[in-house]
Amino acid sequence: MSEEMILLWQLFWSFFFIGIFTFGGGYAIMSLIQSEIVIARGWISEATFTDIAAISQMTPGPIGLNCSTYTGYAVLRDAGASVAVSTLGSAAASLAIVLPSFIMMTLIVRFYARAHEAPIFQRVMAALKPAVAGLIGAAALGMMLKVQWNDGIPAISLLEENFSSWKSWVLFALATAASLRFKGATVKILLAGALAGFIGFA
Amino acid sequence: MQRVSLWKLFLVFNKIGAFTIGGGYMMLPAIEDELLRRKWIPEADLPDVVALSQSAPGLISVNMAIFAGYRLHGFAGSIVATLGCILPPFAIILAIAMFFSDFSDTPVVQRIFAGVRPVAVGLIAAYTIKLLRAGGGRWWKLLLSFSTMAAVALLQLSPVWILLTVIVVAAATAYCLQRRAR
Repeated sequence: MSEEMILLWQLFWSFFFIGIFTFGGGYAIMSLIQSEIVIARGWISEATFTDIAAISQMTPGPIGLNCSTYTGYAVLRDAGASVAVSTLGSAAASLAIVLPSFIMMTLIVRFYARAHEAPIFQRVMAALKPAVAGLIGAAALGMMLKVQWNDGIPAISLLEENFSSWKSWVLFALATAASLRFKGATVKILLAGALAGFIGFA
Repeated sequence: MQRVSLWKLFLVFNKIGAFTIGGGYMMLPAIEDELLRRKWIPEADLPDVVALSQSAPGLISVNMAIFAGYRLHGFAGSIVATLGCILPPFAIILAIAMFFSDFSDTPVVQRIFAGVRPVAVGLIAAYTIKLLRAGGGRWWKLLLSFSTMAAVALLQLSPVWILLTVIVVAAATAYCLQRRAR
């Protein structure tokens, strides 16, 4: 197998694995992609991933799928693959992220359509919710801070690629506040950020 | 249950996939609306469908498509509904990714994304705050949230281990409580 084929194969299984552990939808996937693809594998940079996270929220479709499709493309592209092979990368990631839920849902619908009423199931879901909130918070932190461990001593610094000046922090604060205040304004807030970047970061 | 043609199923989910921006939480009402308007799923069943799609692993909207597709046209239906739902966003993202990789180094794009990046992080932070609030301030929930955050962001532990631990502990607790109740 060529190196690109091996990478494609690894990409497929990474996303299949991520798909199994996606509880809580699209934003939860970001945390898993960040830890498996960005940090553990180092296939793409944190800045590239932040761009992907931004674009995934601005385009139609499920955020988690957009994020996977784009990451699949970027991983192959950053490894120097051609456009055609990178397209295969995005297809592999998209299929792999959907496959586990496909298997699970078909089994549930077929054999146990009232699974969510079982007490054990409900307790597990209730416990997963706060953990997922923590995971999504960790995805945000991962885009702000760079943590490096040297012999058990952590070195924490700001991620300059995403927060290059004080203006970045102002935008961050405004976006957080606006998103909490206005429902369903995600795209408008991102477009405002694009405009602010165009004007303010000249 | 009525038999809906595969092509119709594909088109309806295609429309949902192509026109709803903002991810699963925006797509959910659109899917509910289509399913009810076409009388594809009885209104009384809808809460169950939504609850299952939210709790099964994976993307909520894709889970809904799988579920509805299966109900309406069996296994083939679930495949067709899923493909219908994911093809438009796939094509759009692919087009952007191809285009963007050629322009991402230009100064204008760099400037725009210098503004977009902190905003994207802010949106994720806001979503985290919303989820933390939804926990209702129960101390064990906040503790679990913040220790998960620290373990993943600072200790760089894989989220998978945390999720597995939570699942096992919660299932064991539920099992013990159930046995004691009997």
